[in-house]
Amino acid sequence: MEVIMEQMPIVIRSLNIGFLQTLKLFFVTLAGALPLGLVIAFGSMSRFRPVSWLTRIVVWIVRGTPLMIQLLIIYYFPGLVLGNPIWGSGESGRFVAASVAFVFNYACYFSEIYRGGIQSVPVGQEEAGLVLGMTRSQIFFKVTLLQMIKRIVPPMSNEIITLVKDTSLARIIALQEIIWAGQAFLKGSQGISGEIWPLFFTALYYLVFSGVLTVLLGKLEQKLNYFR
Amino acid sequence: MPILEVEHLCKTFERTEVLKDISFSLEQGQVVSIIGSSGSGKTTLLRCLNFLERPDSGVIRVNGEVLLDAGNPSPEQEAQIRRKRLHFGLVFQSFNLFPQYTALENVMLAKELLAKEQPDYKARKNEIHEEIRVLAEELLRQMGLENRMGNYPHQLSGGQCQRVAIARALALKPDILCFDEPTSALDPELTGEVLRVIKELADQQTTMIIVTHEMAFARDVAHHVIFMDDGYILEQGTPEQVFGNTKEERTRQFLSRFNQGQ
Repeated sequence: MEVIMEQMPIVIRSLNIGFLQTLKLFFVTLAGALPLGLVIAFGSMSRFRPVSWLTRIVVWIVRGTPLMIQLLIIYYFPGLVLGNPIWGSGESGRFVAASVAFVFNYACYFSEIYRGGIQSVPVGQEEAGLVLGMTRSQIFFKVTLLQMIKRIVPPMSNEIITLVKDTSLARIIALQEIIWAGQAFLKGSQGISGEIWPLFFTALYYLVFSGVLTVLLGKLEQKLNYFR
Repeated sequence: MPILEVEHLCKTFERTEVLKDISFSLEQGQVVSIIGSSGSGKTTLLRCLNFLERPDSGVIRVNGEVLLDAGNPSPEQEAQIRRKRLHFGLVFQSFNLFPQYTALENVMLAKELLAKEQPDYKARKNEIHEEIRVLAEELLRQMGLENRMGNYPHQLSGGQCQRVAIARALALKPDILCFDEPTSALDPELTGEVLRVIKELADQQTTMIIVTHEMAFARDVAHHVIFMDDGYILEQGTPEQVFGNTKEERTRQFLSRFNQGQ
């Protein structure tokens, strides 16, 4: 126990740095995947068949294969197969590659939730907008969008909490997120080696962060309760 | 000149002919009631007038201007259709109020969006907004909803919702206001308050087309009654002609239950 108390400050500092990278990946993924998901949702609902087919095939592939494989392919494929290592070899390159994989993967999941949300808004809402002389984009932004958001908050909360923990998959391309930081003390880092407790300790970070998100998303759900 | 002329309107869904050679006209300030059993094409007719469906053939004229000549295949731009729609208003059976807006906001929304297209919008923004609010409040008062303006649709009864929907349609000052079974989703008590409001509009010479299953109301409020059956206009004329001196056997059959109740 005493040993752990001595190691604690060093470990916490390392884990904090790793967790910062985890948070960065989390927010970049959200910022990219939330809007991109909408674009993909519109693609899959397109009345122009080739577009909707193509989009649905892409969504099928992305949702049908492990994110870990996608990370490996996106990170290694350009360098090892094409001989053009576009991501570079440093931490920033790994971060960009991981962001691309996460944004694309999550956008595909979000798109299906969006599609469900949009299609669950009664068609009468659009028709009411049309007969009132509104344009289709006015109808989407002024009428449909908020009703869709209200409907998708619970399933989106689920995905967002999953994302918090999925960021750990970026460990596979050695992104220095919190799992990587915890594992370092197993192999040996800053005079500490053979210690597994830092790795176990990382769970607490995820737990606290997803707790905070649960509360915030619950607040959003409540806020949208003013209408039905 | 009639405000509305509909000539030889036809509409087919898949292989079902829903409207077959529909022709009628309507004078300014008058009310036409359309009656008939479910599936006879009444709703589709209103949807064609409001450009929610495109007829396969036929002509629609408002104030002499050809709004739609379905035989003319020139593709219409979305923006043009949008302009044309504004000649008509439509009140739906299921109200279709926007749930995230209050009664007042529901009435104001479309008008405000349209105002943004005015050239002087930027300069007179606050003034225009105020004008629209005053108009919307006035309409809601007229509908007997002065105490309900700040309520959201889910806080209102069905009858109140439908009256908000009527105010919302009136806010755009359509030439012709259409009702698609406006009381079919309401219980008898709430039906009365909505029909009263429509009757008041008729007394103020609002030009209206009312699809309804309320036979007594159709007879009392209308200047002209159309009976539709299987996509055709089987019989039309004054309420006295259609209800009193029914010519067609099918119409008599349809009206028999109603007449027994009288």
